Amino acid sequence: MQNDLTAAPIEKQQAHTWITRSFKEKLARRTFFLVSLVPVLLFLAIVGALLVKSWPILKAQSIWALLSGTVWQPLKGAFGFYPFIAGTFWVTLVSMFLAVPPCILTAIYLAEYANARTRSTAKPILDLLAAIPSVVYGVWGILAIVPVVKLIGPYFDEILGFIPIFKDTNPTGFSILAGSVVLAVMVAPFIIAVTFEVLQTVPSGVREASLAVGATKWQTIIHAVIPHTLPGIVAGIVLGMSRALGETMAVLMVVGNVAKVPSSIFDPAYPLPALIANNYGEMMSIPLYDSALLTAALILLVIVLFFNILSTLFLRRIKRTSVSSG
Amino acid sequence: MNKRLVENIFKGLMLFSFALVAGSLAFIMLVILVKGLPALTLEMLITTPKGGFYMGKEGGILNAIVGSLYLAIGATLLSIIFSLPLSLYLQTYARRSAWANVVRLALDVLWGIPSIVYGAFGFTLMLAIGLRASLLGGIITLTLLEIPIMTRAMDEVLRMAPPDLEQASFALGSTRLETSWKVVIRQMLPGIITAILLAFGRAIGDAASVLFTAGYTDRMPTSLLRPVASLPLAVFFQLGTPFPEVQQRAYASALVLTVIVLIISLGSRWLAGRLSKYTIK
Repeated sequence: MQNDLTAAPIEKQQAHTWITRSFKEKLARRTFFLVSLVPVLLFLAIVGALLVKSWPILKAQSIWALLSGTVWQPLKGAFGFYPFIAGTFWVTLVSMFLAVPPCILTAIYLAEYANARTRSTAKPILDLLAAIPSVVYGVWGILAIVPVVKLIGPYFDEILGFIPIFKDTNPTGFSILAGSVVLAVMVAPFIIAVTFEVLQTVPSGVREASLAVGATKWQTIIHAVIPHTLPGIVAGIVLGMSRALGETMAVLMVVGNVAKVPSSIFDPAYPLPALIANNYGEMMSIPLYDSALLTAALILLVIVLFFNILSTLFLRRIKRTSVSSG
Repeated sequence: MNKRLVENIFKGLMLFSFALVAGSLAFIMLVILVKGLPALTLEMLITTPKGGFYMGKEGGILNAIVGSLYLAIGATLLSIIFSLPLSLYLQTYARRSAWANVVRLALDVLWGIPSIVYGAFGFTLMLAIGLRASLLGGIITLTLLEIPIMTRAMDEVLRMAPPDLEQASFALGSTRLETSWKVVIRQMLPGIITAILLAFGRAIGDAASVLFTAGYTDRMPTSLLRPVASLPLAVFFQLGTPFPEVQQRAYASALVLTVIVLIISLGSRWLAGRLSKYTIK
């Protein structure tokens, strides 16, 4: 920096560089503004393109019939999305059920108990879990999770089979449970990171006040820290859920892909992303098929955006209030 | 119940949860290593598949390795062109204005859009302009996927820029452009490189967005307008075949992909540490 300042003889260049510099500044401001239009336009373009492409089928059949229809036979023109929507939610909700308790406990541990050294080993572990590509998760699922599910399925059926969601009629192991286990590990880093951040926004005075009256650390967490941050933690879980809803490859590889409405965690399912991935690009000759698959993408987008925008706006408000109060 | 006992039970549960998360990572690595290492020979790395439409039993995965690097490097370079000005604009020009909030919300929303939707959108776009599944199509789609990831990360990094430094630069009469280009970027270089590598890592591992847009081939990539193989799709397609020899290539691809992502993740940490020597503290 020293060099930059002393290198240019100021008196000599001042006369004409002044114009150039302010011109450059103006040009940069305009260009930068134009670039800032890109994200907004890209979002509008994605929504617009999907709407335009879905229009033929939305015009031909009622939206309610499409959403609630259970028959998927493209050759006969039957496009019922219900099994796929149900499959998407089954896999996601079961994965949340598996992921949330350990993730919250891990985040509390890292934020409230762990020393600096443990925290600095946890960071790369979470980064790596977030960085592993979804096909690698899929390979792991096929090799390690599917066989285990296949093995334990009959036992669950024998002991808990009278509860419909534990009934096992699927001998392959490629099932909702397998997809959910893989998904649970995939979204763990997101949930842990957001919960950890939210816990960090709690002013230390809150903890100290509770500890000062003789509460244990855990009592402090349950009675002082968590109530303070519950909305933020919920927002973090919803953010993780919106990631899980759209996850494609890893789930597609282990979930079985059968277009039927599931009723047990051992049933196969066919989530929306898997439907698009398996069929798009090769359906050009069947009328409305292309439109139906982009409608699937549109439905997926609407579901994901609903949860994503909700949690984003919420987390943003929490961060802003914590910044202004602290 | 005794409050010490409760304290210890939950402490135990927390440690168990943390071990579960860390153990999952170890378990994944172990499975990928055990299956991948026997398959990973030198021949695997330096030859392309021989015979028939990605079902040939001999040969390696060089086409996928090179294809993935072309796709991810191309998309990352294109994303930098958008993300760097975008994040500088958000931090030095727009700051906390209403427009900056709109742009940040758009970026958050784009970040949340599943990659399969980017893939479907990219393919629709390509159909509209008459482009077939190709390296170019893959690069464009991955660029769209990378822009929000990279910009958000850079925005976070630039937010940490010390305000004193900027003010010192303004006080010397620099314009905003000069300040951001000559002072802020240099000061925040380690973080910016981390952001770029983060986006690169996401792009190289993403399968759903290149599934329709980049296609797949057994050949080496030679043209922007031809289909190109990629490691994630090499895993996906080759694992689905009934031939053990072909499945070996899938395991090798999964290991190579994991190693690349591992190097990027740990390497960017190391690099950021090294480069931070040159910043003003």
